Amino acid sequence: MYETTYHKASSVSEAVDLLKKADDGKLLSGGQTLIPTMKQRLAAPSDLIDLRQIDELKGISRQSDGSIRIGAATCHADVAGSADVKEALPGLAALAGKIGDPHVRHMGTIGGSIANNDPAADYPSALLALGASIETNKREFTADDFFTGMFETALDEDEIVTAIVFPATEKSAYAKFPNPASRYAMAGVFVAKGANGTRVAVTGAGQDGVFRVKEMETALNGSWSPDAVASISVSADDLISDIHGSSEYRANLVTVMAKRAVAAA
Amino acid sequence: MTSEGIGARVLRKEDKRFITGNGNYTDDVKLPRMGYAAFVRSPHAHAKVRSIKTDAALAMPGVDAVLNGHQLVADGIGNIICGWMIHSKDGSPMNMGQWRALESETVRFVGQAVAVVVADTLQQAMDAAEAVEVDYEELPVIVDSRDALKEGAPQLHPEAPGNLIFDWEIGEEAATNAAFDSAKTIVSMDIDNNRLVPNPMEPRSAVASFDAAEEHYTLYTTSQNPHVARLVLSAFYNVAPEHKLRVIAPDVGGGFGSKIYIYPEEIACLWASKRVGRPVKWTSDRTEAFLTDAHGRDHHSTAEMALDENNRITGLRVNTLANLGAYMSLFSSSVPTYLYATLLSGQYNIPNIYANVKTVYTNTTPVDAYRGAGRPEATYVIERMMETAARQIGMDPADFRRLNFVTEFPHQTPVIMCYDAGDYDASLNAAMKAIDYAGFASRRAQSEANGKLRGIGMSCYIEACGIAPSQAVGSLGAGVGLWESAEVRVNPVGTIEVLTGSHSHGQGHETTFSQLIAERFGLPTDNVAIVHGDTDKVQFGMGTYGSRSGAVGMSAIVKALDKVEDKAKRIAAHLMEASEGDIEIENGELKVAGTDKKLSFTEIALAAYTAHNLPEGMEPGLKESAFYDPTNFTFPAGTHICEVEIDPDTGKVEVVNFVAADDFGTIINPMIVEGQVHGGLVQGIGQALLENAAYDEDGQLLSASYMDYTMPRADDVPSFKLETTVTECPGNPLGMKGCGEAGAIGSPPAVINAITDALGVEDFAMPASPSRVWQALQQKGMKEAAE
Ligand SMILES: Cc1cc2nc3c(=O)[nH]c(=O)nc-3n(C[C@H](O)[C@H](O)[C@H](O)COP(=O)(O)OP(=O)(O)OC[C@H]3O[C@@H](n4cnc5c(N)ncnc54)[C@H](O)[C@@H]3O)c2cc1C
Repeated sequence: MYETTYHKASSVSEAVDLLKKADDGKLLSGGQTLIPTMKQRLAAPSDLIDLRQIDELKGISRQSDGSIRIGAATCHADVAGSADVKEALPGLAALAGKIGDPHVRHMGTIGGSIANNDPAADYPSALLALGASIETNKREFTADDFFTGMFETALDEDEIVTAIVFPATEKSAYAKFPNPASRYAMAGVFVAKGANGTRVAVTGAGQDGVFRVKEMETALNGSWSPDAVASISVSADDLISDIHGSSEYRANLVTVMAKRAVAAA
Repeated sequence: MTSEGIGARVLRKEDKRFITGNGNYTDDVKLPRMGYAAFVRSPHAHAKVRSIKTDAALAMPGVDAVLNGHQLVADGIGNIICGWMIHSKDGSPMNMGQWRALESETVRFVGQAVAVVVADTLQQAMDAAEAVEVDYEELPVIVDSRDALKEGAPQLHPEAPGNLIFDWEIGEEAATNAAFDSAKTIVSMDIDNNRLVPNPMEPRSAVASFDAAEEHYTLYTTSQNPHVARLVLSAFYNVAPEHKLRVIAPDVGGGFGSKIYIYPEEIACLWASKRVGRPVKWTSDRTEAFLTDAHGRDHHSTAEMALDENNRITGLRVNTLANLGAYMSLFSSSVPTYLYATLLSGQYNIPNIYANVKTVYTNTTPVDAYRGAGRPEATYVIERMMETAARQIGMDPADFRRLNFVTEFPHQTPVIMCYDAGDYDASLNAAMKAIDYAGFASRRAQSEANGKLRGIGMSCYIEACGIAPSQAVGSLGAGVGLWESAEVRVNPVGTIEVLTGSHSHGQGHETTFSQLIAERFGLPTDNVAIVHGDTDKVQFGMGTYGSRSGAVGMSAIVKALDKVEDKAKRIAAHLMEASEGDIEIENGELKVAGTDKKLSFTEIALAAYTAHNLPEGMEPGLKESAFYDPTNFTFPAGTHICEVEIDPDTGKVEVVNFVAADDFGTIINPMIVEGQVHGGLVQGIGQALLENAAYDEDGQLLSASYMDYTMPRADDVPSFKLETTVTECPGNPLGMKGCGEAGAIGSPPAVINAITDALGVEDFAMPASPSRVWQALQQKGMKEAAE
């Protein structure tokens, strides 16, 4: 790790200020991605601005319209363990409970995960399938607009994710096939049926990160059953191919995981 | 015996400090004025070093020195050597290329150290290492051993034309060919053994210091064999003469073979500590560990087996190509030769065996012994062949093995080894019973009903441990003797220190070795301290690897204990005016048989040291040492049976049942033995299902972190069922065979035999990762559709 200066922000506006003042500052949330990257000397921020002590960024609340609002600095374990999330969005609770290991789940945060937008991260699929909105210190995004490519989002350099709002949903489920080594998603499929219609979002497999499978969505609108998606496969062309599996293998996993998610919902 | 003697499940004495985080590892060592080393490493697999510019680095804060290979050579530091001479079949000696601790002319693998920076802090050293400018001229690369011998292949070392290190053979070729000429059935297969990265939990580390006044060096290091380290550092690397060099291997967190060898970093730290005039510390990070710890396995073989009309094996022919990486590591040459081909007879009566082994250089990390070392590769060849042969002739795999088992001992194989004792039927029976072999068909039907494929596979392994009879290994090319030494010091108050040349890095020696004293004198293990890992304390030792610490290390302790017991009895007889033959030792007391006369062990010890009243002519003190040289290898053996369930939709293999029935001879502490077996099995199952060192064509290690190298985790393996059968080893005083490697040796073929059974295919190359299993199912489906 290179030398860096650590700051603890106590409010979002203070964090914005600190970030502005810094030479090459970076926001620090759970540190589960950023710190290992720094330890490998692949990132060298001059300043770290810690968001985890900012009260307004923490916590889970059920709102009057039935939606669930999760503060950006809420850790995965809190999402997985929340009674509200379990009841309203069982797929989301299950997803959070499958991220990494207990240590990671108690440090890593939803805001950090989506800001990082690792193509193999789990959360992006839930946000996209559930039609979540992402609140920042500047504006609000729909999930469809937020995730723009591998490790890329619509966030400005100095923009802070403050919360994610998930609308009330009738059905939700997530099926993940973990990468045997990293246990991130090789293919994770989140299916949902709710205010935003039926949605199927895939993470782990796409070269450009999370994506929706419209053909499956249409089929599920016709009949919500595993069989409805069983014969639908995504093209392998835009999928990841690496030492853990070919793009054809990932295409197969997408169909298999979609079936399993539908069955579980 | 007491409740802590041989056979007792004594809890590990060392665990208190380990579990409470109070172990003392090399990286915990902090010396006054200590500086930190950071290495400049090659990003290329093969390149000429045109220049090394160090000015910018030297000018950085806190930097003491930036040293490179030219200075190392100028200072007379010797090349890193392979200590086991192998001759090719034409009689020529192996072709060993030069390996310098710092290479400033031609780099041959990614991660090879080119220069080293020493600075006040680790950060400063790392910053400066990045500022060293090395100008490389990239050269063509060989990664796959099968490309190394090809016409026109890039040449790695001038000493090794055609990249061939040696072309070695064992067994009678003509007789073996004759067996094939008259065979009823011939089974042949290509068999690969995948490359593995050892991954001990504690990465390598070294702290070197030089005392200018005494011209004396001290090296703290993560070594499995500190005396061997001192020997080669002194005799070959010219760092310092042995009496001017102390090597200390404190607590060491796992080795699996990878900490046997002397690596460039340790040499560089020692050398640098004198040049910069301050102690120098280096601790490997995980990436350096992946790139520079000696890897394991990496064989490509073709094997053929000849059977007669009664399905008895009449011959075995094996050709193996072993990848030794870019340089010959300390024992690398012995692994694919005497530790491998001498075990190709397995548990079977095979009258004719011939094996040819070629070893080559490639632009990859050096390969050396890794848990099992050669024996897993041999077991994999023979047990895959046994399975395939049984299927080919339509015999039950257990019956086919049983038919060919060695049943009479001693048994001389055609490949040097003479098996001394065993009962292979017994372990096969125990394993089949424990896994309910007969009930498999109904379990398979159940799985099929759930849309899963189920398979069962076995492996009847044998290995050679208790390494090794010195004269025998000397005649085979070993540069060292492989005896062990021990010293038993009884203190005047009757507590005991046992100094041993074995080294514990997870094996629990402090507990099991103490149990020998509990057994012998009836003293509590708490009264015993096991001292190891320091060349200034222990007289000498060959260290711990090859499952030798029990069979060889403890045998040396037993020999020393014999002498202590003998002297104690003589003192007791003298003090109690009895005859020596009437003295019995029980519960910490020396008694005159048939009387109520007795003295405590403490009283005898005190008498030995006060020396006020000793038998005429006896020297004072109670301290004895011994060297023990084994007369033969030991031959642990057993049967592993694996049952897998495969999800055909994803290719995921789940090991649902695993039984290991092992014959380790006498067992000192069953709990520790079970732990060793569990660990070994996880490593073997890891090799079969998960682990693989993958390089790209440029020689970059793709699986250079845990994001891509699949280390087995607890949920990848089932709860193991372990059985033991016992035939005592006739070769050593305790009847021990060794248990440290068996799990890793026996299990891979059991797993693959189960997977091929489940998939209904003849072959499947390790590792059986989900995508590869799925691919195999697709191919099988396509083939069947086409037929
Ligand atoms: C061993 C291990 C296993 C893991 N397994 C999984 C897994 O299975 N699935 C999975 O999805 N993830 C996995 N992760 C990643 C984990 O979920 C991380 O928590 C997550 O990717 C990043 O969240 P963080 O809070 O740790 O963010 P940090 O590491 O602190 O930050 C990540 C990036 O986001 C930026 N950032 C952080 N917060 C904000 C914010 N509020 N607004 C704007 N930018 C912000 C940072 O500047 C940084 O660039 C794993 C991590 C580890 C170490």
